Amino acid sequence: MKALVSLAAVLVLLLAAYVGVHLGDLRWLFGVVVPYFAAAVFLVGIVVKVIGWGRSPVPFRIPTTCGQQKSLPWIKQDKLDNPATGWQAMGRMALEILAFRSLFRNRETVLRDGQLAYRTNKWLWAAALAFHYSMLIIVLRHLRFFFAPIPRFVDVLTNVDGFLQVGVPGIYITSFVFLGAVTFLLARRLGWARMRYLSLPADYFPLFLFLAIGCTGLWMRHIDKVDVSQVKAAVMGLLVLAPHPPAVGWIFYAHLFCVSTLLAYFPFSKLMHLGGVFLSPTRNLANDNRARHHVNPWNRPLPVHTYAEYEDEFRDRMREAGLPLDKE
Amino acid sequence: MSQAHKPDELEYYHPEEVHRVDYQPPATDWRDTPTVFRPGSFIYPSKPKDLEHIGFPNGHAWHPTDEDWKLPENWKRIIFDGMRERLQKYRSFKVFMDICVRCGACADKCHFYIGGGDPKNMPVLRAELLRSVYRHDFTTFGKILGRWAGARPLTPEVLKEWFYYFYQCTECRRCSVFCPYGIDTAEITMMGRELLHLLGLSVNWVMHPVADCYRTGNHLGIQPHGLKDTLEFFAEDVEEVTGVHIDVPINKKGADILFVTPSGDFLAEPGIYTCMGYLALFHELGLNYTWSTYASEGGNFGLFTSADMMKRLNSKMYAEAKRLGVKWILGGECGHMWRVINQYMDTMNGPPDFLEVPKSPITGTVFENARSTKMIHIMEFTADLVQHGKLELDASRNDGRRVTFHDSCNPARAMGMLEEPRQVIKAACHNFFEMPEGTIREKTFCCGGGAGLGTDENMEMRLRGGMPRGKAVQYVQDKHGVNVLAACCAIDRATLTTVCDFWAPGVKVSGITELVANALVMKGEKERELNFRKEPMRDEVEAPPADSEEHPTVEAA
Repeated sequence: MKALVSLAAVLVLLLAAYVGVHLGDLRWLFGVVVPYFAAAVFLVGIVVKVIGWGRSPVPFRIPTTCGQQKSLPWIKQDKLDNPATGWQAMGRMALEILAFRSLFRNRETVLRDGQLAYRTNKWLWAAALAFHYSMLIIVLRHLRFFFAPIPRFVDVLTNVDGFLQVGVPGIYITSFVFLGAVTFLLARRLGWARMRYLSLPADYFPLFLFLAIGCTGLWMRHIDKVDVSQVKAAVMGLLVLAPHPPAVGWIFYAHLFCVSTLLAYFPFSKLMHLGGVFLSPTRNLANDNRARHHVNPWNRPLPVHTYAEYEDEFRDRMREAGLPLDKE
Repeated sequence: MSQAHKPDELEYYHPEEVHRVDYQPPATDWRDTPTVFRPGSFIYPSKPKDLEHIGFPNGHAWHPTDEDWKLPENWKRIIFDGMRERLQKYRSFKVFMDICVRCGACADKCHFYIGGGDPKNMPVLRAELLRSVYRHDFTTFGKILGRWAGARPLTPEVLKEWFYYFYQCTECRRCSVFCPYGIDTAEITMMGRELLHLLGLSVNWVMHPVADCYRTGNHLGIQPHGLKDTLEFFAEDVEEVTGVHIDVPINKKGADILFVTPSGDFLAEPGIYTCMGYLALFHELGLNYTWSTYASEGGNFGLFTSADMMKRLNSKMYAEAKRLGVKWILGGECGHMWRVINQYMDTMNGPPDFLEVPKSPITGTVFENARSTKMIHIMEFTADLVQHGKLELDASRNDGRRVTFHDSCNPARAMGMLEEPRQVIKAACHNFFEMPEGTIREKTFCCGGGAGLGTDENMEMRLRGGMPRGKAVQYVQDKHGVNVLAACCAIDRATLTTVCDFWAPGVKVSGITELVANALVMKGEKERELNFRKEPMRDEVEAPPADSEEHPTVEAA
């Protein structure tokens, strides 16, 4: 049900583009107004969100230590899983952000015949890595629409991605890795009772949206081929604030509308993990609180039970027991 | 409130049920599945007089199984204001409310989920209990889309759910090891509990020790003369088995070192043997140290209560160190105590400029890792002694013990003290065996009784939560004939005894310093025949039969 609602929402987006562009003539709306609006919401939304997070302090150093601490010289410290300095913490963050270190640790708990086993399970890690990196490459490939001349690294990347040289125009490996990974992530949620139980519509919606974006993209490239020069001219027009929607078919507008929706949805959704992962206090701090003083900005004096009060209450019994007293 | 059976009666809960775990989620969505307070799975409420003593609001008489929890009239306002305040105070809370993608990596990492199968014990859903309310009242999407955005309104039923599940979390942080964003359920649980406290909803097993600790200096409410008697009694026991007379310095001004250990070591087996171990070890080293009656608690149930309460209880250590004029502080074998000392103490009550950087008077080692806090763990201290050969240890005295080591949650995941205790155990025992990978070090499992959950009326959940640890112990028991589970945590020593009796009968729990002191050759000692438990010293055990080498289903990677 939750998945169906999300699927329906994405189908409505596609239908809107079809109705708006194919039946009506709302190219200005879908090709100019919506993208501008989405980009603005995306940028402002992310900035507002991150500033909002940043305005709350980190009162305590609470890294989750996942390896040996730095203590005695003959005990080898695990610098990346239990950083003792800011640089080491940056190393930990790099590993986390670039290689999904924590997901790599995953072990699946299996209870069988009364015995528990913890099996290494890297599927989620592999799928997540495939998904994020293929998306990154796809986004970078799309930079060819945003620059004239096209930056050299975009060309190189595109050539490498298309090295199979199958079809005209050639297929890109990342397109299929991307769709494959999204499909896996979706199937994992739908086919696994536990995952289905903990999933929200907000978990299915982005996956269906990514599928729609990927499929419309492939459709334009390989089936109902779009006039790329028109598209590039339109994108450049948007960038220099001289917008003119391209005179191309509705599939392009469906693609663009889904991307716009993604951008506008991004700051209000779980997709903000993109920014949040940098700010997670259990990962981005060094485990050095015993070595270096850390300040809590809202630290304040609180009522305590002083030794004097304590001795006042127990003085007689302490004296009887022969314990030393501050006040006889 | 009348219960048919008392918690210490067998009929109160059904132990045979504990062996049954069903991971199939219920047919109803978790938001529509009511919370059932089943005997054995929840903790009794705190008493108003304890709350009053520590200045906590809205203390009142109520019981979890009551229909009406007698909430203050403006309870919703109180919760929302409380949430807003905490969102402003903690970036962790704010970020963790926003960024979870529900990837499910944490789902099967929680010992309560593994041992119980209740989906709301999956860390992701435990956090959603709070997140759903956060979305409903603090986010735009939640306000507009409601349930479709994963939001739900705050109702008394939601509060009941919070109470039930935030006291089925031991704040062990195992989930946070596996989370790709490091979302720490302990943070969520701490916030959830703080919010409930605003309404006077808390548990006796936490609040009573907190109130006692505030007044008497320790969770058990031991008064100064009682503590002196206890320690002197232990010293007599040590003398009985070793023949060495030991003095117990208490509240001694001018000592070099203040020693603070969890009060659990004063009261119950097997912790008391660890306490005897401290006395023997410090005597043998000729350490100029002191115990304190005012700061007689290493643990800090304030950690399970609120940041403020943690600070108030913790303040006694530095205050007492200053009053007695010691140079630095040595801390005993405890788990959550070390979360407080390693991650909070210096920030809350430091820096203690009146102390010196800890330096071992025996080896001269300067503990640079505690340069600011000025407090080190007894395992760091002892590992240093072992490394420098300053202890004469006859490990053969422990040959009757086939030992495995339980990493306690907080020293492992809030500190990273993994090798120090192992170095010490290996020096004191010949027979040491690791439990399977995936159950030790940073991936260690909770005993099931941490964060104030270790009380008898909660026994069903304790045994369920203790299942992963219990089964790992059983595994090394079968494979290597392990008969001793060593742990450097007072809660472990209390609760793992119960867990082992249930899941791995025959395995005894021991502190590490007990093992050290057993092996310690003391000056002027008599022929050692008994260990500190007054059992024959070298009881031989049979090694397991050779054909039990491989366990059928547990994989050791």
